[in-house]
Amino acid sequence: MFRIRYASVVIFIAALAIGFFVWNTTGADGRFDFKLGLDLSGGTHLVYDIDTSHASSADRADALVALTQVIERRVNAFGVGEPVVQIEQGGALGTGQYRLVVELPGITDTQAAIKSIGETPLLEFKLVKAGQEGNLVDAQGNPVAASFEDTGLTGKFLSRASLQFGNGSSQALATPTVRVDFNSEGAKLFGDITSANVGRELGIFLDGKLLSAPVIQDKITDGTAIISGNFSAEAARDMVRNLNLGALPLPIALESTQSIGATLGADALRAGLVAGLIGFLALSLFMLLWYRLPGLVAVVSLCIYCVLMLAIFKLIPVVLTSAGIAGFILSVGLAVDANVLIAERLKEELAAGKKAQDAIREGFARAWLAIRDSNTAHIIAAVILFWFASSLIKGFALVFGLGVVVSMLTAITVSRTFILALGLDEQSRIGRFLMLSGFKSH
Amino acid sequence: MNISKNLKYFFILPGLLSLVAVIALGFWGLRPGIDLAGGSLLQVTYQDNRPPVQQVQKITEPLELGEMRVQPADTASYIIRTRALSNDEHNNLSTVLGGLGSMKEDQFTTIGPTIGAELLQKAWIAIALVVLCTIIFIAWAFRGVSKPVQSWKYGIVAIVTLLHDILVPAGLFAVLGHFVGAEVDALFIVALLTILGISINDTIVVFDRIRENLRLNEERGRREEFEEVVGRSITQTIARSINTSLTVVIVLAALYFLGPVVTKNFALTLIVGMIAGTYSSIFLASPLLVAWQKWSKR
Repeated sequence: MFRIRYASVVIFIAALAIGFFVWNTTGADGRFDFKLGLDLSGGTHLVYDIDTSHASSADRADALVALTQVIERRVNAFGVGEPVVQIEQGGALGTGQYRLVVELPGITDTQAAIKSIGETPLLEFKLVKAGQEGNLVDAQGNPVAASFEDTGLTGKFLSRASLQFGNGSSQALATPTVRVDFNSEGAKLFGDITSANVGRELGIFLDGKLLSAPVIQDKITDGTAIISGNFSAEAARDMVRNLNLGALPLPIALESTQSIGATLGADALRAGLVAGLIGFLALSLFMLLWYRLPGLVAVVSLCIYCVLMLAIFKLIPVVLTSAGIAGFILSVGLAVDANVLIAERLKEELAAGKKAQDAIREGFARAWLAIRDSNTAHIIAAVILFWFASSLIKGFALVFGLGVVVSMLTAITVSRTFILALGLDEQSRIGRFLMLSGFKSH
Repeated sequence: MNISKNLKYFFILPGLLSLVAVIALGFWGLRPGIDLAGGSLLQVTYQDNRPPVQQVQKITEPLELGEMRVQPADTASYIIRTRALSNDEHNNLSTVLGGLGSMKEDQFTTIGPTIGAELLQKAWIAIALVVLCTIIFIAWAFRGVSKPVQSWKYGIVAIVTLLHDILVPAGLFAVLGHFVGAEVDALFIVALLTILGISINDTIVVFDRIRENLRLNEERGRREEFEEVVGRSITQTIARSINTSLTVVIVLAALYFLGPVVTKNFALTLIVGMIAGTYSSIFLASPLLVAWQKWSKR
């Protein structure tokens, strides 16, 4: 008896501590604040189809990474807090269409966002003016415009860039170089530029940033340039990626847009919270009136369940959406399911003439099978739904699945400990009143 | 409770509801939302006074956006549904609507037809998987064969009950879709799959008790008609069945009446499914079992 009471005090204090953590970190804007989905915080969600049909399977992975990086750069330039840029693969079994997903919290001007993201990366070749070789970039790393002159050669003329080791001569075998292939028009233009400017530096720009400025060694007419320099294999690989992006190896097309105003999101969040709170209170009232003492225990363990779930939302962290909140509210209703089973079993055991403490232990033991079975069905559904992959449904499935598991644990440990710790006597009138209620089963 | 006496009455309500649902689904079908069928949804709020629907229809006609549904929402808002719009078309639509008065765009969603089709395909696979897993789960839960009804019959009856529990909310949305334009979205499918889980559980609880009572009878050498065992089992589990559903319905009612618009239909689907599921686990599954046992004895 002493042990059980000790355990219940420990659970209570632990729950208070977790509750304090949840309370204290909410609205603090820190690492542990609740993460709200775009539908609650307001923002824009864009999905692009990526056309990978022209990329060989070997290049595809590289190209996708490159695409993500460039879009990230563009999104960051837009000045959004915590944007998300990721590649997803559609199709029922994950083998279909590649998609680019961009989430911009707080941005509702979809027009501007779409424009800024959808622009083709710009690759430019500019000659360095004579005598300006030492003055290419300023202290911030931005190119000095006055040091360059336009050549008219841009990524429009590039057919592809690739990584090579060595430039043909044996002594430079291990040096990484970047090979650039122009299309026929570009080859002619490049030939003209190189023949007229041997010995000068040619600056290569991507999105207005200077990538490198190799020296033109010779006249090049075959439309192939080897960019050599003192760069590491990794830097060369990045350059290849960026150059190929200038030529846009993977065209993207806007497939779906979702934007939700901040007020609408805030309204949805408030409605969700109110619904959750009122639902919780109504449920507690029902449990108290119907099941009396086991009902009270159920309400206490339900409080602990909610606190635990909120803490888990913060720690994982789970991004909360309308669907997720609905899943949480549903899980609160299902969480008392176990308590109802236990309370009903308890009544039966008492009616069968067992002593209170034995009846409680027996009731929990026999209810366990039913609790396990019912939760198995829910977990199966949650896992399949999580795989469903639409972000809306993922949010629901994650919260729902977590809720089922956590509620099962709180019901069989917390409720059991508390009700045993109360140490009721079935002989006293008050004990019988507190434990027996509802329909007569026999 | 004397099940055998009232057997035929028990079937009336679920049978009638299922029939109505099948007819509604057959005639009207379900109206897929834009997340499943593709399309655009624009919600705008007018600051001062909302222009009449006809004016909105008329002024947007030259944009050639195809069939357009304009639905008033709240006091000053419109929800406008069209085919999937391009960025430019969306732009034009906003501009034209803004010309009718000071207007704020609350939300805009456009979903390409391929994404919608993909989601729908996934939904079918998910439904098939859940049903398959449920059947496996039933087979596992009832692996111990018991007399006088073979275990696979419990399984079949459980599945018939499931079908009823899914048909009722689906039928309701076919009716609502026809009369008030209610749409089914991905969350509707989620609700149906959740109902599957809850319903199977309710049915299993009753069946479990039937088996337990049959076993106890055998151990104690007591003779009892099958239908009486079933009736007794229902009496023993009815409080539990109703109360576990009631707790869920209480929170779902809060979600329906107070919660965000997005999850209103979700809550409604679940409430209807929960009620159907509870009703059918008591008044459909067990009577079916008794009827089958009687019929095969003849």
